[in-house]
Amino acid sequence: MTIDMSQFYKVFFDEADELLAEKEKLLLALDVSNPDSEDLNAIFRAAHSIKGGAATFGFSDITEVTHMLESLLDRIRKGEMALTHDHVDAFLVAKDILSMQMDGHHHGATVDHDAVANVCQRLKALSQGQVEAAAAETPAAETPVAQAAPADAEPVADADGNFHFRIELPEVPQRDVDALATELGLLGAIQQETLPDKRVAFTLTTSEGKDNIIAICSFVLDPDDLKITSAGGQPAAEPVSASKSEDDLGYGFFEPLEPPKDESSASQPASQPAASAGQSASAAPAENKNYGRRATDKEGGQESSSIRVGVEKVDQLINLVGELVITQAMIEQRIGVLDPILHERLLNSASQLARNTRDLQEAVMSIRMMPMDYVFSRFPRMVRDLAGKLGKKVEFITRGAATELDKGLIERIVDPLTHLVRNSVDHGIEMPEKRRSSGKSETGKLTLSAAHQGGNIVIEVTDDGGGLNRDRILDKARQQGLPVSDTMPDSDVWQLIFAPGFSTAEAVTDVSGRGVGMDVVKRNITAMGGSVDIRSLSGSGTTIAISLPLTLAILDGMSVKVGDEVYILPLGYVVESLQPAAVDVKEIAGQGKVVKVREEYLPLIPLYQIFAIEPRCADPSQGILVILESDGKKAALLVDSLVGQQQVVVKNLESNFRKVAGISGATILGDGGVSLILDVAALLRSSRQLNSDPVFF
Amino acid sequence: MSYTTQTQNSMNEAGEGTGSEFLAFTLGSEEYGIDILRVQEIRGYEPVTRIANAPAFIKGVVNLRGTIIPVVDMRIKLNLGSPTYDQFTVVIILNIEGRVVGMVVDSVSDVTTLSEAQIKPAPEVGTVFDSEYLIGLGTIGERMLILVEIDKLMSSPEMGLMERIAA
Repeated sequence: MTIDMSQFYKVFFDEADELLAEKEKLLLALDVSNPDSEDLNAIFRAAHSIKGGAATFGFSDITEVTHMLESLLDRIRKGEMALTHDHVDAFLVAKDILSMQMDGHHHGATVDHDAVANVCQRLKALSQGQVEAAAAETPAAETPVAQAAPADAEPVADADGNFHFRIELPEVPQRDVDALATELGLLGAIQQETLPDKRVAFTLTTSEGKDNIIAICSFVLDPDDLKITSAGGQPAAEPVSASKSEDDLGYGFFEPLEPPKDESSASQPASQPAASAGQSASAAPAENKNYGRRATDKEGGQESSSIRVGVEKVDQLINLVGELVITQAMIEQRIGVLDPILHERLLNSASQLARNTRDLQEAVMSIRMMPMDYVFSRFPRMVRDLAGKLGKKVEFITRGAATELDKGLIERIVDPLTHLVRNSVDHGIEMPEKRRSSGKSETGKLTLSAAHQGGNIVIEVTDDGGGLNRDRILDKARQQGLPVSDTMPDSDVWQLIFAPGFSTAEAVTDVSGRGVGMDVVKRNITAMGGSVDIRSLSGSGTTIAISLPLTLAILDGMSVKVGDEVYILPLGYVVESLQPAAVDVKEIAGQGKVVKVREEYLPLIPLYQIFAIEPRCADPSQGILVILESDGKKAALLVDSLVGQQQVVVKNLESNFRKVAGISGATILGDGGVSLILDVAALLRSSRQLNSDPVFF
Repeated sequence: MSYTTQTQNSMNEAGEGTGSEFLAFTLGSEEYGIDILRVQEIRGYEPVTRIANAPAFIKGVVNLRGTIIPVVDMRIKLNLGSPTYDQFTVVIILNIEGRVVGMVVDSVSDVTTLSEAQIKPAPEVGTVFDSEYLIGLGTIGERMLILVEIDKLMSSPEMGLMERIAA
């Protein structure tokens, strides 16, 4: 099975870009003397996520840098090392390097391998020589910085907070010079002088930054031709300054830096009709460079064929379209009474509106729904690589890849799933020899499955490996000072592995073992309103089940009526419906009723009783029994009548209200009213408790 | 079905300078006020979908432009007046900590601005609300508004509207 991984590259790059930006923001906001541990954790998680993603796609160079970054961050996070400005600087440089590597993979831009090596060295030096690093800047740690990212020697502000800039213009018409002088004059005091070669230079004293000056000048001329230096003393035309100003503009970082044009007229061939041979020679590279840039621009244009939009915008769109559909249905109802001959045109328009609305709704809905395959297909490669690296044999199986899930959820489930799958391969499945000695097949099985269940989507990662080690988890928890006791139930013990920084692996590898993964998993899933459940049996394997609420999923439902109320039953649970003969319904003293359906006695759940509704028929032989099945358990639900079958959009009741026992969600009917969706699994599980327990208060 | 309050003039009467704006509404014979910033909109009463086993004052849920929101009837909650539902019944849609809740009241009167000086501390007894949920009593000439801290009230376990109060 070959999968074109490149279709997912874009997602990874987008995500990584976001993570890097986030990381930078956090780093810059970090208070070095008193860092917030939450911020450090967040930075750490960002690095970890990038590493995970990079490893998935086989970008080993990125993984390498992030791994080193992570090691250092981990020590700081655990308080083994004090955070210094050196660290923050190094992290920022590493961030730039990562962006560069990312661009390298993405656009095929040149990657400065020396800079990469330098930053790795620097990170390593910092994480090893923590003593010296904390004491003072070690020269070893200093030198690479200057090379890795040409330290932007910010001009020194004078006593008034003003900077002195010297701006050398290329040859431009006097009119432009005057215009520039006026514009720049608004920023601060300006002096103009004419250079020997008739070009003009300004000396500007201002409190504004260099970026602003460049921004103003770029109205008139190409900023690349400018030479801006802080007039603190250095001579104006220094080679570095030109390249520096290019860096600031975001250009040239990946292009071979040209030596600065001492005759900057080169880029203006039009204004120089009679160019000497030397000048035309120097014009050529400048032209090339322009082409090069245009090519990159075009590439950027192609990428914008897909856009990332906030989920809330799509949600809003879907809600509005829903409203539109209802309004359209209302119009249809109103005009239904009109004379079709007199109002032919109106009716025609209305039916066209109906068609358009339906198409619109379908189109909008399709924005969000995606098959789980989108996520699942990322893993085979990762599992194979990982298994190969660790010397394990793993068979990877996916189930329910066609299960549709909201796009918002799909995107957010990727990271947690990646962590879980990596964990399963690394910790769950044992080495072939060990598996053989414990009587299992050498090849471990890793199953990834998705299914709709009880108004939720359940995604399970199952391995048939060694299972979790209860004693080791408890030991580790004690070491970390978590409140534990030997009598804790298994399920509580398993939950301990979600604590931040918790890992029971003996060695920290670049695959896993830092204990950050599970922390992220739990956090991400909780943020989605879901829950994580672990089932594990020592020696037989572990299943991690992620249960996500259907914030927006379409459900095939069967509407049933009890009294005046209409409820929706998820069709997946419905086996059949029937009207029982009076003799088949038997009462069991104190236990309610059972009904005999084809030689099988099923418990009878009277919906009217559970929901305290005045029914039209309390006698089962008068009403309809809907046979439901969940987790292998069957029961018969007594309702008054069946209304019909329809697709409904599941809405979360809890976003504005609370969890209601026996209800998994709600939906909006065609007439704008609300109908509740029954939580069949819960009904079957606790049909009796529902009756006796006070649901409220 | 929704209509807006046209009450700009009363703001000017109530007082100039700094102050908070309150939406005044009546429940039975008493006049109450809530912070206008918590009010999202005011609508007429629409049929609700009943929630099984919920207390009587939780009328049910309705569809507010695609969002499902609970509707509570303060008249039932506070035993004030007789809950009737007709075209004059008013639902105040509140937005509390991002959660949207509808509140049925007898009528909405106006929006008033009350300065600090016009707000007196609430007496310990005397209203149907627990004084914990009161900001104070607002006086405008002869009128007296019972100012309710609606965030606190709606997120209280007593109302049972929200599973956990946003920290």
